Amino acid sequence: MITVESLTKKYGAFTAVDDVSFAARPGRVTGFLGPNGAGKSTTMRIVVGLTPATSGHAEVSGRRYADLPNPGLEVGVLLDASAQHAGRTGREILTIAAQTMGLPRGRVDEMLERVSLTPSEAGRRVRNYSLGMRQRLGIATALLGEPEVLILDEPANGLDPAGIRWMRDLLRTYADQGATVLLSSHLLHEIEVIADDLVVIGQGRIVAQGTKAELLAAAGTLVRTRDVPTLARALVVADLEFSHLTDAIRVDADPDVVGRVALNAGVALTELRAADGAGLEEMFLELTADTQRDQNREGVAA
Amino acid sequence: MTATTMDGALETESATATRPAPARIPTSRIIAVELRKSFDTRSGFWMLASVGILAVLATAATILFAPDDAITYNSFGAAIGIPMAIVLPMIAILSVTSEWSQRTGLTSFTLVPHRGRVIRAKLAVALAVGVVSMLLAFGIGALGNLLGAAIVGVDPVWDIALGDFAGLIFFQIINMLIGFMLGVLFRNSAGAIVGYFVYSFVLGTITEVLSATQDWFERVQPWVDFNYAQGMLTEASSMTGENWAQLGVTGLFWLVVPLAIGLWAVFRSEVK
Repeated sequence: MITVESLTKKYGAFTAVDDVSFAARPGRVTGFLGPNGAGKSTTMRIVVGLTPATSGHAEVSGRRYADLPNPGLEVGVLLDASAQHAGRTGREILTIAAQTMGLPRGRVDEMLERVSLTPSEAGRRVRNYSLGMRQRLGIATALLGEPEVLILDEPANGLDPAGIRWMRDLLRTYADQGATVLLSSHLLHEIEVIADDLVVIGQGRIVAQGTKAELLAAAGTLVRTRDVPTLARALVVADLEFSHLTDAIRVDADPDVVGRVALNAGVALTELRAADGAGLEEMFLELTADTQRDQNREGVAA
Repeated sequence: MTATTMDGALETESATATRPAPARIPTSRIIAVELRKSFDTRSGFWMLASVGILAVLATAATILFAPDDAITYNSFGAAIGIPMAIVLPMIAILSVTSEWSQRTGLTSFTLVPHRGRVIRAKLAVALAVGVVSMLLAFGIGALGNLLGAAIVGVDPVWDIALGDFAGLIFFQIINMLIGFMLGVLFRNSAGAIVGYFVYSFVLGTITEVLSATQDWFERVQPWVDFNYAQGMLTEASSMTGENWAQLGVTGLFWLVVPLAIGLWAVFRSEVK
């Protein structure tokens, strides 16, 4: 269990994390989603005590992180796989962590095997590792103490498709055994596949949270037509909220309502269906738009 | 939403019930880990190995180049002291700064979420390495003295008083503490190393020139110049109570206060 309450972090006038509250529950994978620079990493660093919060507080398994007697056995943390001494071997890095936690040496070999690093790879210095290998090593460090809570910042970074699949299965199994898994990502699709709960953050604020099912259900209707202007006018007349996606329109109403509006307006539709996730994607794109250079999206059309 | 919240609450209870809280990480283990970390990289290993290597080189150079009447233990001690004053502080600096420069602090400070415990363990390791290195260096110097005297054909001269041994070790320990202080203050390897050379060699030269040319400075120097006060430790057996007071006063301003500021920053800073 991870509980974050009214967490705020200010750097001078800039607010990196703005009154963030959420909980990651046992037995579930919680996806922490947001564009680059949204405050995900800062929030995670505050939770594990590497960054002091300006206000608010965070608890892991009912305690402040600093009050955990041997955190490695309770919380597996991977914030940045590249943050390792380049001159140490992978095995040495795991050995140091195991020694700190007071674990037997045998655990190191078990973990190397679990993350599929071969003995010869484990004997190489980390400066010669690919990002994917570093990521595996980081995950091995996090899993070393068999913790019941995992905090992983962008763990899929640098992994190949097979690696991403492997990690997804690993985290799923872990959560199914009752562990709390919090992982961040800036890729909606990546997190949609694995997460049970979602916390969406943008510019330091939480913009949506809930179970994945809830967030997807609130998505409305997706409709496609060759005659967009006529349909748009009809929707305005019918007083329905809608927005333009790349090649479709998303309407905040049930499909049958939208279908009737289209029928009355005499517009031929090419597609009409529940929008599963399109709303989430749209919200996410809007969040991302502010930090991206090619902002050619329109807001709600009038 | 309500349903999941309740499920969550129930599961937390059962999860915490089945897992007893682990014991606190003992300090001895943190020290052992820090000791291991100072050996387990190529740079760390060679840094420590260089203590022995440089002591041997300095001893060999003394045998080769010192005039016959200078083949005394004091000459060997002085020759070995110079590389030690450079290498030992580097060991202390890197033990601290690598956590930031190499970003290993991300792991170190999450596995032990009390930076004070980690820093204290590093200090303990640095001091132990310093004392052991000095004893080793003195041993190598003693062998050199015996060998040198045999080659030249004179009786070996043991002209370092027992009290001066302690003084010389203390002298080098202070150098290590200066390195440690600069490490916590800068938290950056390059910055702290440059800082050490400025602190020990550039400042020392400036104050020497000042005291040679300015009467007023020569009078206050023992009370304001830490390098000068520290230098008195090389002949610790002849230090007066006033000299010790001067060492204490200058050490307070040049070592203890900046160390306190550095530690304050270490505890508050972000580890990125």
